[in-house]
Amino acid sequence: MDKVDKMDRADKMGNLDKVHKMGNLDEIERIELAVVGGGPAGLAAAVKAAELGLESIVLFERDNFLGGQLVKQTHQFFGSKDQYAGTRGIDIAEELTDKVRKEAAIEVKTGAVVQGYYEDAVIGYLEDERFQKVKPEKTIIATGAAEKMLSFPNNDLPGIYGAGAVQTLMNQYGILPGEEILMIGAGNIGLIVTYQLLQAGVKVKAVVEATDKIGGYAVHATKIRRAGIPILTKHTIKEARGDSKVEEAVICQLDENWNIIPGTEEILEIDTICLAVGLTPKIDLALQAGCQMAYVPELGGDVPVRDEDLEMTEENIYIAGDAGGIEEATAAILEGELAAINAVRAISGGGSDLEAVYAEVSEKLADLRRGPVGEEIRSGLKKARGDENAGRDRYSRQRRYSK
Amino acid sequence: MRIKDHPVLDFKRGKEIKFTFNGREIKAYEGETIAAALHAAGVKELKKSLKHDRPRGLFCAIGNCSSCFMEVDGEPNVKTCVIEVKEGMEVNTQQGKGELSG
Ligand SMILES: Cc1cc2nc3c(=O)[nH]c(=O)nc-3n(C[C@H](O)[C@H](O)[C@H](O)COP(=O)(O)OP(=O)(O)OC[C@H]3O[C@@H](n4cnc5c(N)ncnc54)[C@H](O)[C@@H]3O)c2cc1C
Ligand code: FES
Repeated sequence: MDKVDKMDRADKMGNLDKVHKMGNLDEIERIELAVVGGGPAGLAAAVKAAELGLESIVLFERDNFLGGQLVKQTHQFFGSKDQYAGTRGIDIAEELTDKVRKEAAIEVKTGAVVQGYYEDAVIGYLEDERFQKVKPEKTIIATGAAEKMLSFPNNDLPGIYGAGAVQTLMNQYGILPGEEILMIGAGNIGLIVTYQLLQAGVKVKAVVEATDKIGGYAVHATKIRRAGIPILTKHTIKEARGDSKVEEAVICQLDENWNIIPGTEEILEIDTICLAVGLTPKIDLALQAGCQMAYVPELGGDVPVRDEDLEMTEENIYIAGDAGGIEEATAAILEGELAAINAVRAISGGGSDLEAVYAEVSEKLADLRRGPVGEEIRSGLKKARGDENAGRDRYSRQRRYSK
Repeated sequence: MRIKDHPVLDFKRGKEIKFTFNGREIKAYEGETIAAALHAAGVKELKKSLKHDRPRGLFCAIGNCSSCFMEVDGEPNVKTCVIEVKEGMEVNTQQGKGELSG
């Protein structure tokens, strides 16, 4: 893959000295590897890099705790056979966190938000309300995903949440989001969160799904139906109603052209609506760093273009986990490891031990993506590696003008 | 409302503390975010949208969306979904955009 040359990049990103007073480059702390994001991908990357002998690794996590999405997953994970199947997400998070804490080479910075990746490969981050800098040789971006929104009248009323927020309130703080809920979306997240709401004692009135089939696993759907909750396919929300918070939801049926069938409207009295309509990679940092994007619906939307080694179009920056494409936790862990192996190889030149680890991890990843289940991911990844069928880079204009 | 019994999770809450919301005293636990504590007390409306004055509440809970901005101890635009609540904190509904202090 062509690397954008240095002049070009400096040109695109503007002269940082002017903007941020980067100061003298020699005074900035140098490290071997920076890992942005303390979810499964970032944790696994940091551990692997330490195991392979790197001595100065900094792991940045904006939250005050490590684990990313996993800390909210109280259900038994569906992951692959040898990797964590049947283990709860929160337990996997704990296991990975322990490993990170044991490695002396890893400096963990929690409550530290990475703000940007600047010219001359300087990372700027905010910690203790101070803007600070570090200069890594290699960087792995593992910032996870953001939730998608759905448009309908009054979708901004208090009491309407993304599924992640419901999980945060309920599973992290032990606070109920409301008493009577409408769930939108019957993919795995919608179904799992519905089940978690039931466990917490909340009444779920219905799960509506716009397509004609339930996207999530049948085991979850069966549990929910058994609890007497209808899963309505070909249904959507027409509008939310309420004054200072949501009080009613109007749901309706859709025909095969996704049009509302008149007369099918039904009013549900609820105090909470939970949106589980998908995730999209959190690409802000990769984008700001000047990396090229491609529109790949199979991976959740706009994703960074990367090569086989997970390196993006800007030299020395790798992508791993949901930030590069929506998949699942085992894949995020393996991608984190793979990115770390490639970064270590580029820093220290490799060797036969390293190649053996590389072969092992990439084989596991290929295994995970084999068969009909992995078909969408495989086709998406092909596009994200610069396949001509990838959608166009919708950000190139913005980058050009961001100087 | 706080969950008391949960089949899988055991919530270890921090020390009990108090803070105020628009002058009203509210109970919270150390380690909770401001928005979570307000939620537990039944407060769902956190701010008004700037242009149309529409009520807004918690939406993403991870600091992505800015739907939860409030004035905390005089400082405007605080993301209450990620900032932890502290003893004696004064949390208020924000008026307007807020001004940068010196
Ligand atoms: C409801 C739900 C159920 C799921 N169930 C399963 C399941 O059963 N099995 C399964 O395999 N997968 C499941 N998943 C998916 C799995 O949780 C994700 O695929 C996985 O967490 C992705 O890992 P990640 O490290 O890429 O991202 P994340 O876990 O999202 O971690 C990213 C981290 O980066 C941090 N971050 C972001 N930006 C910055 C920044 N600028 N500076 C510093 N830090 C930053 C974030 O705070 C976060 O901690 C589920 C997901 C959800 C939401
Ligand atoms: S609720 Fe989204 S930033 Fe706080």
